[in-house]
Amino acid sequence: MSDTATARSEGDERTITGKAIRLEGVTKRYPGQQRPAVDGVTLEIPAGQVVMLVGPSGCGKTTTLKMINRLIEPTEGRIVLGEEDVTDIDGDDLRRRIGYVIQAGGLFPHMTVAQNIAIVPKMLGWDDARVKERTTELLDLVSLDPDTYRDRYPKELSGGQQQRVGVARALAADPPVLLMDEPFGAVDPITRQRLQDELIRIQHELRKTIVIVTHDFDEAVKLGDWIVVFREGAHIAQYDTPERILAEPADEFVESFIGSGAGLKQLGLQRVRDVDLAEAVTARPGDSAADALARAEAAGHGHVVVVDERDRPLSWPSRRALQRMTSIPEAADPKTPVVGSGATLNDALDEMLVSSAGAALVTGHRGAFVGVITVEVVMAAISAVRAAASDAMAGAPVGTNASDPAARGSDG
Amino acid sequence: MAEALASPTDLAPTRRAWRPLVVQVVAILAAAAALVIWLLTADLSPVERETLNARSLLQLIGQHLWLTVVGTVIVLAIAVPLGVLLTRGPMRRFAGGVLAVANFGQAAPAVGLIVLIAAAPFLPDGFWAAIIALVIYAALPVLGNTMVGIRGVDQRLVEAGRGMGMTAPAVLFRVELPLAVPVMLSGVRTALVLLVGTAALASFINGGGLGLLITTGVNLYELRVLVTGALLTALLALLIDWAGRVVEHVARPKGM
Ligand SMILES: Nc1ncnc2c1ncn2[C@@H]1O[C@H](COP(=O)(O)OP(=O)(O)OP(=O)(O)O)[C@@H](O)[C@H]1O
Ligand SMILES: [Mg+2]
Repeated sequence: MSDTATARSEGDERTITGKAIRLEGVTKRYPGQQRPAVDGVTLEIPAGQVVMLVGPSGCGKTTTLKMINRLIEPTEGRIVLGEEDVTDIDGDDLRRRIGYVIQAGGLFPHMTVAQNIAIVPKMLGWDDARVKERTTELLDLVSLDPDTYRDRYPKELSGGQQQRVGVARALAADPPVLLMDEPFGAVDPITRQRLQDELIRIQHELRKTIVIVTHDFDEAVKLGDWIVVFREGAHIAQYDTPERILAEPADEFVESFIGSGAGLKQLGLQRVRDVDLAEAVTARPGDSAADALARAEAAGHGHVVVVDERDRPLSWPSRRALQRMTSIPEAADPKTPVVGSGATLNDALDEMLVSSAGAALVTGHRGAFVGVITVEVVMAAISAVRAAASDAMAGAPVGTNASDPAARGSDG
Repeated sequence: MAEALASPTDLAPTRRAWRPLVVQVVAILAAAAALVIWLLTADLSPVERETLNARSLLQLIGQHLWLTVVGTVIVLAIAVPLGVLLTRGPMRRFAGGVLAVANFGQAAPAVGLIVLIAAAPFLPDGFWAAIIALVIYAALPVLGNTMVGIRGVDQRLVEAGRGMGMTAPAVLFRVELPLAVPVMLSGVRTALVLLVGTAALASFINGGGLGLLITTGVNLYELRVLVTGALLTALLALLIDWAGRVVEHVARPKGM
């Protein structure tokens, strides 16, 4: 299991569409302030990875993020995107190449969903047909039905839907880099969890370089390949994988920032898709119950998973329940415990505990059933993660406040 | 499909918003009709017949509207760009001062302003003197509402625009101004009503307009001429206010 952690942080090189970002000795001094808000940060953000910026309020997370797309101009230092030094190029040009997502989506209320998404492509001179095609593709990507939502105005969307459109808009021109400032700060916890899962799924497909500011450490653990913990003045307290930060916080500051329950937080480190799932006997509505029962008995399984024509789970009857049936019912059981394969083990455990089944059904692409996750698997995964975290990490990207960029190591 | 979903919730408030507009225009037309009937049936003196016939009334109304229109165009041409300018970065610090001056313009008695301008040796007489006074008098609501409207735009939207690589002018014209339109238009409507009312004072300095009926009525103790002038001015103001509301309604950006 120890290779899972490294696989996650190194990613799949072939499909990476992101570009690395390098901050070299970047400082921001606001006029009239003695201490710099960001003090000589040198930070490598590896291509195709998600880096979370966390730290106490006012420590300089937003300032650091906005210096990457130069919404805030650095006082000193260089910013390198891929191999290109972008410190002095035209800021508007740069920003058209970098996706930017803010809290609550920041959609323009007087433009429809399609018009919002079309802004950057239009600025880049795409023709109408291409823009339209791209809009459809992006709405699909963020799980919004294009025909239903294309012509709606933002006020006709829920907060979570607005945030999805915000992400679609940022991805419109397929930028290699996505910057997000507390993107899920304004939605309720359940919607937030869904949006996080969605982002994980999208990132799994696209492999952009994503930098996210958050004040929610659990979110950082869940989404991040790497986490930067900042102190006042954007001094880097620790820059490491979530596993290592949880297992070996660099100092008391980081430790107090993680807060209590580090052990449980480790459940947020691993996704359902990373663990071994158990198989299950499946049946479709209308099938003979006796036949399904026989197959379950032959396989030694206590339950049968009923799936619809697109393989989405409907219910999960026990053998005893099947004995009382003649044919498999069509009705969906809302109490069926279901988690997406992008969900964390933490989410999966929640689902199991709520449903008291001791296991949950796992769904993959388009909600299709892929397997069963059990409490035992979750527990084994926790122990494995703890063991893996104490292994030495090679190829960690550089993050320091020394203004000398020569200190940087490999490109991760 | 999207429309089908959106329309039941959208249409109802729209229809409700139109009702007072219909009531307003019906009331104005009814009052105008009553005035016309009264003038046609009343036993008018020779002096009255000379001033209160259709031809001269229409001419005065035309003059009055012309004063209003020219005044409005100049107010818009000055106050909107100035208002926008005063919300831009470094110019922001002058906003307070300019607003104070504009406030003073509106607080000054309109008659005094008009007479003062006509009396000033280096300024024109008649129509253009009246226009200058009207513009000074009516600039404040447009200027103020332009600034308030733009400042009222959610700063996060401005940042979202900049963050996507929109240039500063693009953000102004595609985000800030469209979102400020409702507030700006209500300032324009206020200015229009002020202008129609104040244009009645132009006759003091040979600027023409319906004020002529009022001054004539006062000077010659012709009550009916006086009342007709006052009523026509009021109805014109109400009609302009109505037109302004219709425009506000139609020009409000969708989705807001
Ligand atoms: N435009 C500005 N002018 C002056 N000082 C600023 C400006 N923006 C931020 N600061 C200061 O810089 C420091 C860092 O601010 P920043 O917004 O980066 O913090 P943050 O880490 O994002 O905080 P939060 O979690 O509260 O959003 C703060 O002390 C803040 O007061
Ligand atoms: Mg912030």
